[in-house]
Amino acid sequence: MYRAHVLVCGGTGCTSSNSLEIIKALESSIAEAGLAEEIKVIKTGCFGLCALGPIMIVYPEGCFYCQVKPEDVQEIVDEHLLKGRPVKRLIYKEGSNLEMAKSLNNTDFYKKQHRIALRNCGVIDPENINEYIAMDGYQALAKCLTEMTPADVIKVVKDSGLRGRGGGGFPTGLKWEFTAKNQADQKYVVCNADEGDPGAFMDRSVLEGDPHAIIEAMTICGYATGATEGYIYVRAEYPIAVKRLEIAIGQAKELGLLGKNIFDSGFDFDLHIRLGAGAFVCGEETALMTSIEGNRGEPRPRPPYPAVKGLFGKPTTENNVETFANIPQILLHGAEHFASMGTERSKGTKVFALGGKIKNTGLVEIPMGTTLREVIEDIGGGIPGGKKFKAAQTGGPSGGCIPASLIDTEIDYDNLTAIGCMMGSGGLIVMDEDNCMVDIAKFFLDFTVDESCGKCSPCRIGTKRMMELLEKITSGKGTLEDIDKLEELAYYIKQNSLCGLGQTAPNPVLATLKFFREEYIAHVVDKKCPAGVCKALLNYVIDPDKCRGCTMCAKVCPAGAISGTVKNPHTIDTSLCLKCGACMEKCKFNAISKK
Amino acid sequence: MVKKISKIPFNGTPEQEARLKEVINESKHDKSLLMHVMQQAQLIYGYLPFEVQVMIAEGMDIPLEKVYGVSTFYAQFALSPSGKYSISVCLGTACYVKGSQDVLNKICEKLGIEPGECTPDGLFSIEACRCIGACGLAPVMMINDDVYGRLDASQVDGILDKYMA
Repeated sequence: MYRAHVLVCGGTGCTSSNSLEIIKALESSIAEAGLAEEIKVIKTGCFGLCALGPIMIVYPEGCFYCQVKPEDVQEIVDEHLLKGRPVKRLIYKEGSNLEMAKSLNNTDFYKKQHRIALRNCGVIDPENINEYIAMDGYQALAKCLTEMTPADVIKVVKDSGLRGRGGGGFPTGLKWEFTAKNQADQKYVVCNADEGDPGAFMDRSVLEGDPHAIIEAMTICGYATGATEGYIYVRAEYPIAVKRLEIAIGQAKELGLLGKNIFDSGFDFDLHIRLGAGAFVCGEETALMTSIEGNRGEPRPRPPYPAVKGLFGKPTTENNVETFANIPQILLHGAEHFASMGTERSKGTKVFALGGKIKNTGLVEIPMGTTLREVIEDIGGGIPGGKKFKAAQTGGPSGGCIPASLIDTEIDYDNLTAIGCMMGSGGLIVMDEDNCMVDIAKFFLDFTVDESCGKCSPCRIGTKRMMELLEKITSGKGTLEDIDKLEELAYYIKQNSLCGLGQTAPNPVLATLKFFREEYIAHVVDKKCPAGVCKALLNYVIDPDKCRGCTMCAKVCPAGAISGTVKNPHTIDTSLCLKCGACMEKCKFNAISKK
Repeated sequence: MVKKISKIPFNGTPEQEARLKEVINESKHDKSLLMHVMQQAQLIYGYLPFEVQVMIAEGMDIPLEKVYGVSTFYAQFALSPSGKYSISVCLGTACYVKGSQDVLNKICEKLGIEPGECTPDGLFSIEACRCIGACGLAPVMMINDDVYGRLDASQVDGILDKYMA
């Protein structure tokens, strides 16, 4: 028995800010203090509050330390672990009078969350199967294999109302039923862990923090649909997730929870890991299967759907990581329990990756139907620097944006679709008044132009033409007709592309046109970028009241566009200026601005 | 995506070839493992020059055109070698809205090369990547395995100088 447990986040965010060194320092300091028998250090998955990493929690008190540095470790060991006096300066504080948070669950960030998919992330050691089992792990699988028929399992999943969390929102139980109905000598289960939407990282956190949940869910899916083999297709950019999955699969096999005759039921199931190689289109289900087969990851026309002809030409069920993460909980607690959360047509919870201009960047899991305002203001802690909220982007390169006027929208599949947005995989990027919406649309289109696989022409050529129009607009050469052309082209591409990538590629443009048309018009008519982002439309100016004539800017200017004499205000010749921003960076008096 | 193909002559060693052959022998029973073999080959050689692709095609008994097709389809496969220090700046959404493009521009300007290129002395190569999943630390860049978060363009000089020394 240990008298205290120290949990340190070993997710990607915190590892990037050095949490592994903290674990090393902790272990050696604890050993030095002679506490090795009394205190256990555990490397967990992601806690969610990545902005404040590296994060450390000391139990039994639940003391929540944030932004811990290796040099703080000695003090934590000496003061807290040895003498029982928490180190106040490192404890997470929130609110206007910086109250110290007593425990994790009482913080504003966690209070409104409801964790199902992320329930074990930051709680257990993902590299130890016994900790997963202690959290009721593999119980759902045991229940399915020993007490339920495949049809019973599918019925529970259907009744729960679970819909695909990868973006499409297709009812999961129905998908399973389609595969189950098709007879074949071999069927497959595929887990889509090719989280390509830039800005979303919930799947990575689940794989890193709770890999056994995915193994258990895929095995259940195999039993329900009649598949005996599964593939997990993971992005190669996620090395920690791959390593933990490999460890988890090895442990499950050792305990007989994977392999032949699981729980003496006569059911066999085996899992393989395949690494992606950086192609966004492989997040599309048919492209992903083509890629597992060792080919260029180009999508196939549907029908035939994967439930009929999927991986290696056999019936296949494909779900994404977050969808699978919900499965064991649904089977353990029943369909009614899951369906009691959420809205009428969107049940359960959804994980969002909060990012961009928001204080508490990180992962949040909220019941469907929570308003965007609650997510941004209460959980996310609002916009930093006193700036104004402008829009939230959801669904990545396939999605749209929710403008400030619709901040009270209750988030679920249908409400988002109704305003021309989409749930997507759950990236939620917050933008403030300094972000130009035309530039954001261009950013996403640049992404899809780059990632279009080239198989069908509406997507390959159409997105490129849209990109050219946007470049014309942001460089101040656009006309009002260009905006109309852009819109017309967007609808053609949506209607005629082969797969989801092309069909949704114009969404960021259409959504910004819908809510921020006046910004497009400002770019083409007034030749101005209201947010001050599009370089070609900006001029750098020196404020004569602030300029002290230090000459730094004139020295650094590569174009020789700045003139003036020592101790007198300088000026910029806009006809020579390259708009590189070097002067602004060098100015010590904040005298240079973009207008 | 257009891949930059290296003009640097191939200089693989017999040891590297032996390691690649081992990987191929373990995998040639299953042609769907092609990408796995190519990923391993890239770990061995650092990139996938034409000569290596020929070895893979012959060893796996897969047409060379297919190997080449796969190598040019996926962003991860490099057809030119990377520098001793490989810099990747994240241009994922969260990083982009927090100004990672400025960071990338600054690095390109300082090193005098474009994304996808390598400095003539072989010290640095730059690429723009899409989201490494550390959005909480945006904007982020990686130099080999070191992660730098919460960046702004003014920090670039200081960071690169460390590697130039």
